[in-house]
Amino acid sequence: MNRDANPLLDVAGATKRYAVTVLDRCNLQVRAGEIHALLGANGAGKSTLCKIIAGLLTPNAGHMTLAGQPYAPANKQAAEAAGVQIVQQELNLIPTLTVAENLLLNRLPARAGVIRRKELHARARRALDRFGLSDVHTEALVGSLGVGRQQMLEVAAALDRPCKLLILDEPTAALSAAETKTLFQLLEQLRQQGAGIIYISHRLSEVAALADRITVLRDGKYVCTRKASELSTEQMVDLMSGESSQQAARQIGNNIAAAASSEEVALRVEGLSRGIVQDVSFTLHRGECVGVAGLVGAGRTELLRAIYGADIAEAGRVHLGNDPRPHRFRHPGQAVAAGVAMVTEDRKENGLLLSQSIKINTTLSAMWKRFSIGGLIRQRAEEQAARSMCESLEIHSTSILQTVGALSGGNQQKVAVGKWLVRDADVFLFDEPTRGIDVAARRRIYRLFESLARAGKAMLVVSSDLEELLEICDRIIVLSAGRVAGIFERDDWSAEKIMQAAFSGYVAAPPLQATAQKTARKTTRRRP
Amino acid sequence: MLVQYAGLLIVLAVLVGVFSYGSEHFFQKNTFVSIANQIPDLTLVAVGMTLVLIVGGIDLSVGSVLALSSAVLGVLMVQYGWPLWGAIPLCLLAAAACGLFNGMVSIGFGIPSFIVTLGMLEIARGATKVVTDSQLIYIGSAVEPIGEPLPGVLLSPAFLLAVAAVIVGQFLLTCTVFGRYCVAIGTNAEAVRMSGIRSAPYSISVFVISGVLCGLAGLAHASRLSSADPNAAIGIELSAIAACVIGGTSLMGGRGSVVSSFIGVLIIAVLQTGLAQLGVSDAQKQIITGSVIVIAVIVDALRSRWVNEH
Repeated sequence: MNRDANPLLDVAGATKRYAVTVLDRCNLQVRAGEIHALLGANGAGKSTLCKIIAGLLTPNAGHMTLAGQPYAPANKQAAEAAGVQIVQQELNLIPTLTVAENLLLNRLPARAGVIRRKELHARARRALDRFGLSDVHTEALVGSLGVGRQQMLEVAAALDRPCKLLILDEPTAALSAAETKTLFQLLEQLRQQGAGIIYISHRLSEVAALADRITVLRDGKYVCTRKASELSTEQMVDLMSGESSQQAARQIGNNIAAAASSEEVALRVEGLSRGIVQDVSFTLHRGECVGVAGLVGAGRTELLRAIYGADIAEAGRVHLGNDPRPHRFRHPGQAVAAGVAMVTEDRKENGLLLSQSIKINTTLSAMWKRFSIGGLIRQRAEEQAARSMCESLEIHSTSILQTVGALSGGNQQKVAVGKWLVRDADVFLFDEPTRGIDVAARRRIYRLFESLARAGKAMLVVSSDLEELLEICDRIIVLSAGRVAGIFERDDWSAEKIMQAAFSGYVAAPPLQATAQKTARKTTRRRP
Repeated sequence: MLVQYAGLLIVLAVLVGVFSYGSEHFFQKNTFVSIANQIPDLTLVAVGMTLVLIVGGIDLSVGSVLALSSAVLGVLMVQYGWPLWGAIPLCLLAAAACGLFNGMVSIGFGIPSFIVTLGMLEIARGATKVVTDSQLIYIGSAVEPIGEPLPGVLLSPAFLLAVAAVIVGQFLLTCTVFGRYCVAIGTNAEAVRMSGIRSAPYSISVFVISGVLCGLAGLAHASRLSSADPNAAIGIELSAIAACVIGGTSLMGGRGSVVSSFIGVLIIAVLQTGLAQLGVSDAQKQIITGSVIVIAVIVDALRSRWVNEH
């Protein structure tokens, strides 16, 4: 990286660690008057880096300068005061307040604590007109606007404050074509005024058209910075995917592949649609581990939830094993009764009872089936099951009565998986089974996949970590914008092909999609 | 077994000690007999309230449901000349129906139980006034045996019934799948759903149980006063919630113990009786009782912070 003499923003060696290091000595230089795109696969550290710059996270190491001055914002307010504005993926508007109140929330014009409504609305009106939002009424409640409008409003709110550096994290995900055009015009104005812009987007065609320079991150590490005009979208994908080799995990993958000799169908999904998920079909055999790859928002979690009945599918069917009856589960209870288990992505939100003990979590799903007689709990059987699960999954705890919330992320995840081993199922749906857990726990989970495959269970694994899927899966289904963009077999896949398929639904001209769908059809035909 | 109740029992013992020291009349058989015969209604209501709080709900209608069921009892026995054993099932049925309504509406429509039971608080009170024509109905000796001390035991059937409800409630909570799922639902309903468990039948049952217990409390109340009072038990929901909170039941759901709530009831009763014997005015009694509740919650908050950190 040729370092600029005096860039607008200079980030050197930014590092952020939780249980794992999510950002490892990253560098970034943004010049005044440039649009700088930040690229990387899911979990590459883009959002983390941006949050550090915007004062939302404090880095563990590294230092920054802004316009030549040392810059270490303590919080978002400090960053904003220094002229750094961020528009995040998640909206930060208050839906029950009006457009005007949201726009000027932290500087409402007031006299003696009483809001001066006329001035408020006049100022909001001026700001909206300036940002091409003349059709939005200042007195409208934000909640009544569409998501795209809200997103634009958030951009407007950021730009209405003094702005030296603007950070946009996936701003166009919810925007219509017209809104996107307005946004790009705004960014162009801002660039000409000499502000720096950091731009994150999965839409590579957008990046190619808009950005001056591109910085690529991979696995939390800085890869390179290039002029946008020097890179094709294929080259961008190559840089993001990188190379991989993890012998141990790959060996496990081979073992799983070896176990998957069965032709017996465990799960067949036909034309499943729900929200963003559109017309998804595939087949899962006993002893098979199939990965689901795709970008954030491609509909991976939504697919699992629709299969499991956590959300009710709008169309399509689910067949299980030899059961001739098609299902469309309306409640997870039905899926569980039919032999499907799901380990959710968010352990805290809906995977575990954090304030309850390991014992209670372990046996929760299997209370009626295994641990009760006539409604009375078989306390001893329950304790035994919890203890043996702790032992076999190497869960580090003081006792089975320890609160799950007090365990490390890896051990929590083992409990979340272990509860379904105790319940037993034929088909396991895993959503990000190794997110945020350390290497040892990850290995343990992989070994568990191996033994599940040996036992003839079928597994569907969603992961943002493509390397992981390449290592452990027999096949990988790639979702792009809610549709199957390709199904890849172990012998003919590559990270590049999968990444291209993952982006195919978002690239303007889709030459890839035709071939990808052909692959998908071929695969389903081969296994009737 | 007693360890988890040690804190509460110590508080109770300290109160008894303080009042015995302060008033020579306190530490006597009569005091305890009178306390025992006063608390059955609150105990029964508090048992149901504990279960409702554990599933993450709240039942504000308990006082009105209590009054309604005692009114049904009174009208049937006085105006229609029914015997006690015939009137009891109907009085419980009325209370159960109120609980079922609370459960079905709040679970079925996803409305916070705070609001639904607030509505029921008004509805059942109004129904009580319709049934009784807003008049106190004197039932007389037919209902008194339930509230009067049994010869030799010094305890009334109502008190024994309340203690039985505590024991059954605690058993239900700790030893049955039903109780386990109630705790789980109160902890994280979405996680329970994703575990493949339908929570609606459990949550609705809990409201029905609370209703039935209010019915029994109505019975106890009527027998103690020998009459059905349309204005009975106004505000008892707050005493019941206070007892639960003193006992460490979480208002956010997922944590609680029926036995602890019972000790909470005892603490409130001892406080009331003891302060009265010391000649403290009603106004001062209210201040002290309120302070005890707040202190109990502070202690509980500190406790859970300590548990989280260790």
